[in-house]
Amino acid sequence: MFDTAIIIKSLPMLLGASVWTVIYSLTSVAIGFCIGTLICAMGLSRSGVGRAVAAFYVSFFRGVPLLVQLLISYYCLPLIGLNVPSSVAAVGTLALCTGAYLAEILRGGFLGIPPGLIEAARMVGLSRAQILTRIEVPLAVRLTLPALVNETTMMVKASSLISVVGVLELTRLAQNIATSTFQPLEIYLTAGAIYFVINGAITFLASLLERSFRVEKAA
Amino acid sequence: MSEQPIIDVRGVWKRFGTVEVLRGIDLAIRKSEVACIIGPSGSGKSTLLRCIAFLEAYSEGEIYIEGELLGYMLDGGKRIPASDSEVARVRRNVGFVFQQFNLWPHMTALENVAAPLRLARGIPREDAAGRARRMLEKVGLAHRAEAYPSQLSGGQQQRVGIARALAMEPHIMLFDEPTSALDPELVGEVLQVMRDLASEGMTMVVVTHEMGFAAQVADKVLFIDHGKIAAAGSPHEVFRRDENPRLRQFLQNYFDRNVFWQNAGEAGIG
Repeated sequence: MFDTAIIIKSLPMLLGASVWTVIYSLTSVAIGFCIGTLICAMGLSRSGVGRAVAAFYVSFFRGVPLLVQLLISYYCLPLIGLNVPSSVAAVGTLALCTGAYLAEILRGGFLGIPPGLIEAARMVGLSRAQILTRIEVPLAVRLTLPALVNETTMMVKASSLISVVGVLELTRLAQNIATSTFQPLEIYLTAGAIYFVINGAITFLASLLERSFRVEKAA
Repeated sequence: MSEQPIIDVRGVWKRFGTVEVLRGIDLAIRKSEVACIIGPSGSGKSTLLRCIAFLEAYSEGEIYIEGELLGYMLDGGKRIPASDSEVARVRRNVGFVFQQFNLWPHMTALENVAAPLRLARGIPREDAAGRARRMLEKVGLAHRAEAYPSQLSGGQQQRVGIARALAMEPHIMLFDEPTSALDPELVGEVLQVMRDLASEGMTMVVVTHEMGFAAQVADKVLFIDHGKIAAAGSPHEVFRRDENPRLRQFLQNYFDRNVFWQNAGEAGIG
């Protein structure tokens, strides 16, 4: 029946693999945030080409399943002569995909910034890049924090998909242990619990961040 | 009075689509002059000020800031829009104070003043903070340096806005209805800062509904109506002149408030 010994025995390995899960998912969110900011800025720009590129980008990465995107990058990159480790290709794909979602989230934040704040920045001589990084992005993040946190937890879970392209992370290792021990229930329950704890920690840290932002608002 | 105007507006038109907001404005402001722009809402007075700051691109005419064409470049006799950095260069000595303050809500009062010094002028962090502190002192807010904008009253926020503009050491200060968003009891503190600034010789263009301020502080009052300067002159001339029926009607609204009479009386007007 339910075997707790196997859980205790495999827990250190699973925790070790979960470090990779955290690294892969947070790295892809960090890169995806930069991509999302750029795509979002293009989408809101005056340039018709920029807006078209941004629209196509978002519709592609939102319209194609992440799993298919991962398989495409896994099989296509070598074909075009790009021999990158599969972990790098997988993180890149995750970043591109979450970038599309983050762009859409940030768009609402950017549009919520009073134009006068940008005018004030222009009048004291800030460059366009400085306005983006010092004024617009910090304010957009504050306006969209709950949705950004939501997207981050989604990415922690979505990172389990990269197991199919042979990248070792929590789900992949759980699969390996499950097939070799024939005790999948215990192993997958443990893996699930670890995902739950990771996302719980992210949500907790985000709530601290939100509280620090509230200082700026409190009268 | 110096020879060349510090702000020179020549035949400026501004159109939003088919709507003509400014219809041929000529205006010259000399160094250390204080000009107040008055007029009914929708007359184009804020648009004029925003054109002088190039927050709006004007459609026709020329605006020169300290002798340099603002917002456009001449390319073999043809006028082409100037780049962002060129616009920034020409208006580097122009400070702007907004009706809605427009402080950055994620920065403290001090950071609001210090950040542009660091970012736009490359001043080291410590020096920028020191200068920002002196500017806040100047507007009487040194004790609120660590407060966020949301923790400040409207009058305090506007004074931080003025400090932020002053920290860049501008030669010209533009004020767009700086007291219109304030509760009446907070107007005085902002006007006092502006008075001090005027007495220090700052060149100022102020779009305002504060007739008392205009009467007391302005060297020149401009009445704008339907996108044109309908009357201009010293406060004494403009406030006493009544041949322009639109100006008479406009001023009548203020005569009806005894606040104006008190202030105008002090200034020897009326």
